[in-house]
Amino acid sequence: METTNYQNFRIDAENICVDYNGKVALYDANLRLKPGQICGLVGMNGAGKTTFFNALTGFVNISKGKIRINGESVRSAQKDQTIAYVPQNEGIDSQFPVNVWDVVMMGRYGSMNILRCPRESDFQAVKDAIDRVDLKDHLSTPIGNLSGGQRKRTFLARAIAQRASILLLDEPFSGVDIRTEKLISELFIQFKNEGKTILLSTHDMIHVREFCDLVLLINKTVVAYGETSEVFTPENITTTFGGISPDSLFGPES
Amino acid sequence: MELCSFLTLDSFLTDPLTHDFMRKALLMSSLVAAVCGFLSSYLTLKGWALMGDAVSHSVMPGVVVAYALGLPFSFGAFIFGVGSVALIGFIKQKSRVKEDTVIGLVFTGFFALGIVLVSKIKSNIDLHSILFGSPLGISLSDVKQTIFISLLVVILLSIFRKDLMLYCFDPRHAKTVGINVFFLHYLLLTCLSLAAVVGLQSVGIILVVAMLITPGATAYLLTDKFDNMTMISVLSAIISSIIGIYFSFWFDLETGGSIVLAQTFIFLFAFLFAPRYGMFKLKKLFAGYK
Repeated sequence: METTNYQNFRIDAENICVDYNGKVALYDANLRLKPGQICGLVGMNGAGKTTFFNALTGFVNISKGKIRINGESVRSAQKDQTIAYVPQNEGIDSQFPVNVWDVVMMGRYGSMNILRCPRESDFQAVKDAIDRVDLKDHLSTPIGNLSGGQRKRTFLARAIAQRASILLLDEPFSGVDIRTEKLISELFIQFKNEGKTILLSTHDMIHVREFCDLVLLINKTVVAYGETSEVFTPENITTTFGGISPDSLFGPES
Repeated sequence: MELCSFLTLDSFLTDPLTHDFMRKALLMSSLVAAVCGFLSSYLTLKGWALMGDAVSHSVMPGVVVAYALGLPFSFGAFIFGVGSVALIGFIKQKSRVKEDTVIGLVFTGFFALGIVLVSKIKSNIDLHSILFGSPLGISLSDVKQTIFISLLVVILLSIFRKDLMLYCFDPRHAKTVGINVFFLHYLLLTCLSLAAVVGLQSVGIILVVAMLITPGATAYLLTDKFDNMTMISVLSAIISSIIGIYFSFWFDLETGGSIVLAQTFIFLFAFLFAPRYGMFKLKKLFAGYK
């Protein structure tokens, strides 16, 4: 019975700890997400948001705890292309000599042969993904010549082309134009209907209320976790941000 | 030589080819240039210029020890090249000293060890040819070794061409889709050590880092496509080697130095006149004419 329970969850992280050379970045963190759920990851800089993402993708090893992705280990999730990571715009080298098509094709690498020769189905997946983020006219544009919003959409297309069931998005709304923001919010609704699970980190409190079913507040460990309406309270936010009130952080509307 | 009396372009190009040692030098140096140029585009994009400098200097004691023991010198160089990187990683992790300081510290230490060893171990090692290269005096066993290593590196880089590109661009994504980034990291380091070994024959240990950086940097200014970058890098490296060797033949210049100078001039040309990224942005200038 226990195993069937596991498989109900897309992400099941139990008491995970991560340390870098003895320096604790995250401890005793828990998270359980089901298909079709969108969860906001909120915390200060250095609170462990990126570390949490890194642990889920297997980019760093956890020192304690357990992570199950669709009931299986992180390693088999990597093999199955289960998780897609959409980086922050600042997290990538925008001068790297690749264009939109190249980047989206990278979403297919994991399922290709060792030489990474694309098959017909890969071309189709890449074409479809680029259509969905409305970048048809920029197939051969180098990523250095794209706007912040277009670059964000390129990496979203890579995640779509990968056909992952879990999407991790690092600050998806930072530095994007209105058009991209609208497109991302439409995509979120489609992803939800397709049963994909989304975990996104954000600094924008309005986006949390608008898009997230659940919210995970962290400050090296989980401060609060649950339905957005219940957990996303001024008191919890204040604790998360080390005693600073949400009003002074995000203005009175928050 | 009848250099000044009747030097036509024709004889400038063909005369050196009548010498066996020149044909060998041109072939070997072009091969070495191709290998280093191929690798160069990855190193430039990964930001490993300093690492290239470190590894190429650190192979020095390995070369000396291998010569003394009668082993293939590539073997010793490889051990010390990879060893230096491991040591850099270890010291960085266990101390508070910053990475660039650790790199500088380790490779100069290794290099010094090499020089001391040369002076102590009495053998037929020619310090000058290790430091400055000797493409004109390359021996038959060195030729075989160079061809073998070069082919090995080119085959490895060709197989993992796209994986390495992804590793340089976005290692986190690579890891997420199940690509072994640990393997790719050490593959790139291994190729770097091997390329440093073959490169040192052509231009010597001091300048080999130029072979590993300059062609990639030149290509980076000239294109926005990764495949083109690799090709331009390889081509510019080969052309520089040929120019360097011809000039060293006719004007009696140090060969390694002239090869690297040729590379530097090609880089400067790209820096000034590259269509999109050059200082004078030729594309814009011509667009203004229309």
